[in-house]
Amino acid sequence: MKAAVIVFPGSNCDRDLSVALERATGTPPKMVWHRETELPPVDLIAVPGGFSYGDYLRSGAMAAQSPVMRTVVEHAAKGVRVLGVCNGFQVLTEARLLPGALMRNAGLKFVSRPVGLRVENVESDFTRGYEAGQRIHIPVAHHDGNYFADEATLDRLEGEGRVAFRYVDEDGEPTADGNINGSARNIAGILNESRTVLGLMPHPERAVEPLHGGTDGQPFFRSLVEALS
Amino acid sequence: MKAKVHVTLKKGVLDPQGKAIGNALHSLGFGNVGEVRQGKVIEIELAETDRSKAEAAVRTMCEKLLANTVIEDYAVELVG
Repeated sequence: MKAAVIVFPGSNCDRDLSVALERATGTPPKMVWHRETELPPVDLIAVPGGFSYGDYLRSGAMAAQSPVMRTVVEHAAKGVRVLGVCNGFQVLTEARLLPGALMRNAGLKFVSRPVGLRVENVESDFTRGYEAGQRIHIPVAHHDGNYFADEATLDRLEGEGRVAFRYVDEDGEPTADGNINGSARNIAGILNESRTVLGLMPHPERAVEPLHGGTDGQPFFRSLVEALS
Repeated sequence: MKAKVHVTLKKGVLDPQGKAIGNALHSLGFGNVGEVRQGKVIEIELAETDRSKAEAAVRTMCEKLLANTVIEDYAVELVG
């Protein structure tokens, strides 16, 4: 699997993502600066977390208009897998590769800690390494992770099985208690219609080594490698 | 010509920041404060003298960048 990691001014999880991808594939991914208009031939484009363009205007809004994102949108249309983590998820919604928007956390606080998630869809190249309904722990670190979409869009996402991950409480249930940021229907990650684009607020790249405090992110990268190699 | 763009959250979209501001106003003793909604104002200098052209251009800017129409409404005001 050949991968590229997009780097914006203000990205700060690009290296973590690169290390996780290299661990999984054995090859370092190409790091692609936001001003580039061409991408190397790759199977996966990863848009990392951070504060692209200082979160000016809205999180992800400026990055979504950058030269490289125009190219990413073209590649996504051809079926190249695209992953957005945290700020990357915000960029993908702003670029309209994924529906909805990520708003200020309902509690208004920046949340940085491991959270419980339930894997809802295991039929994508990103999630096949998990078991349906599996409960995992992955760290989050965000201020704007409150997923919003209108009811019709939410119903469509649910109906089409495009909710990939949901925030859950200690009993593994998607309750208000387990909802760390006020997201509609506890949504933590979603897929596009063709299940080739995935955005999620939690950081699987921060849970790939025992030293991270958990390795629940490993199946995520293993899924991609198995699907795209 | 100058354009003032007002960007606000759509009706029905929760605004936790507006709510926090409302609570703060209440605790300051402004008991008559109802719902508070927060938004932003963007001022744009335009090299354009035709008002309708200016408004059309700014509306396109709103659709493309200044507002996220999934969650936000916008209003364009031309000044001067």
